[in-house]
Amino acid sequence: MNDRLDPMSNLDLDAPDTYLDSNELIINMGPQHPATHGVLRVILKLDGEKVLGTECVIGYLHRGVEKIAENRTYTMFNPYVDRMDYVAAVSNGLGYCEAVEKLLNVEAPARAKYIRVILTELNRIASHQLWLGTHALDIGAMTPLFYTFRDREEILKIFEKYCGARLTTHAFRIGGCQYETYAGFEKDVKNFLTFVAPKIDEYETLLTTNRIWLERTKNVGVISAADAIALGVTGPVLRASGVKWDLRKAQPYAAYADFDFEIPIGENGDTYDRYLVRMAEMRQSLRIIEQAVNGIPEGPIMGKVPKVIKPPVGEIYHSIEAPKGELGYFIVSDGSTQPYRIRVRPPSFVNLQALDIMVRGLLVADVIAVIGTLDIVLGEVDR
Amino acid sequence: MAEDVKTPAPPPPPEGEKKPTAEKTAEAAPAVADAKPAAPVKPAAAAKPAAPAKPAGPVPLPWTSPLVEKYKGQYGSALEALTYLGQNYFAVDRSLIPNLLRLLRDEEEFDYCVDITAVHYPKREKQFDVIWILYSFPRNERVRVKTQIADGASIPSSVSIWATANWLEREVYDMFGIQFDGHPDLKRILLPDGWKGHPLRKDYGILQQDQEWVQINLGIESGQ
Repeated sequence: MNDRLDPMSNLDLDAPDTYLDSNELIINMGPQHPATHGVLRVILKLDGEKVLGTECVIGYLHRGVEKIAENRTYTMFNPYVDRMDYVAAVSNGLGYCEAVEKLLNVEAPARAKYIRVILTELNRIASHQLWLGTHALDIGAMTPLFYTFRDREEILKIFEKYCGARLTTHAFRIGGCQYETYAGFEKDVKNFLTFVAPKIDEYETLLTTNRIWLERTKNVGVISAADAIALGVTGPVLRASGVKWDLRKAQPYAAYADFDFEIPIGENGDTYDRYLVRMAEMRQSLRIIEQAVNGIPEGPIMGKVPKVIKPPVGEIYHSIEAPKGELGYFIVSDGSTQPYRIRVRPPSFVNLQALDIMVRGLLVADVIAVIGTLDIVLGEVDR
Repeated sequence: MAEDVKTPAPPPPPEGEKKPTAEKTAEAAPAVADAKPAAPVKPAAAAKPAAPAKPAGPVPLPWTSPLVEKYKGQYGSALEALTYLGQNYFAVDRSLIPNLLRLLRDEEEFDYCVDITAVHYPKREKQFDVIWILYSFPRNERVRVKTQIADGASIPSSVSIWATANWLEREVYDMFGIQFDGHPDLKRILLPDGWKGHPLRKDYGILQQDQEWVQINLGIESGQ
């Protein structure tokens, strides 16, 4: 058995003090553990219940997406990106399609951009709902899970009606959208908005002033803005540390420049602030969707893209604000129908790196809270 | 099972010819198998005589800005500043790493290292491009730094400049086998520790695997 599979390999058994004088203990959390949100393995170095250090062992879901890309055409690779962050598949697709469009130097038509924004923001809400339900469940509150899954279902129904799939949607194509909106799409979306707004308040009544929730999240897993930036942390985790930065505002893509919305930020960079930021983000997403669905322009949904996609020789980096942070695609084209190299910059992977400094000095139970608050998806971490 | 993984969709004619050989070699000598024709050879251009009207595509243009002027003066020909489709990048000599990266962070406020990655060009003398994608919060600006290194050569680590480089460099090492000098803990990150080979190299076939590792650790004949 190799060293990596043996949690005791770091322990120096020959040292006479190992068992007598020190309380240090190395234990293994995961990879099969319900609170790791997939197959994440964390090796914890403990002094009693206190965490002295951690090491993440990842790669259990590694499928070699970047290698697969080099052996597929640009179009064929499109559905693969949905399988990275599978709870926010629409965002993955948006980032990929826009990156290839940039490389081709074409733009999606305005109507396609609006459809993209509506679906992507719906997906952001769905992703945050799933995060909230599972995060609360990890900490011990079971009810929010049922509430959020009940409401997330309404979003998945819209996805299903739009493109036939609920999770791995493959909703967009390079150059625009494959499908025109179905009859009643706008009505469904508007109904959803009026349906879900009070539900978000309802989640808050369960948690925001709940004493157990406060005890478990306040001042837990604090990360300062400086540390977050140095570690490349993005998304709600960065914003909860007080950095007002959102790619939708900083470098607007799709149709985001047309909409009026705020960037919610936190102050303390703790688990509670990250919770508040995500709750506020859901409300902002509702605002964006409302503006988009009311202002959706008429027109074509597919841009002028050649049948065979063959970008000129060159390289491009394009990134979007996915629900978890900056999701980037770096694409190198050699002028053929297959990408020469695609690099995915996954927000979950980079954010997970911050786990170690966030949990040092905390208790084992807090590690669970911090893994939850980082909102990682292992499909994306491992790719 | 192997075949259906392989078949690339509507193959442009020249690639169709290549396929059978690629598949055969995949079984015999995985090292040479690569579904893609080795990079810069453009068979498509040769085979399709009637496609001269194709837009040649944009080319990288010189990038000028006060930032560029400053570093041009300092480093001269070791640094080339280019822009492509509105994205700016430096193509620099390896000797400028990590000093240039440090200057970019300290003096130009590129405080966020978005990504570190590499690209393999097996036909080139210096086989690897190593790329840093940087972003500056105060300037709201992105820049890429790109350098070339030979196979087996190492490159200074930037973990001391941006803490995030730790895992990013580990992934580059894992996938390409590029050594980062001064990295605190350079080991594999996505693949298991004992794995042999670096899968994102172009000479690593898509069906290739470390049979020995699979047999010993998973107790199965093959992962395919």
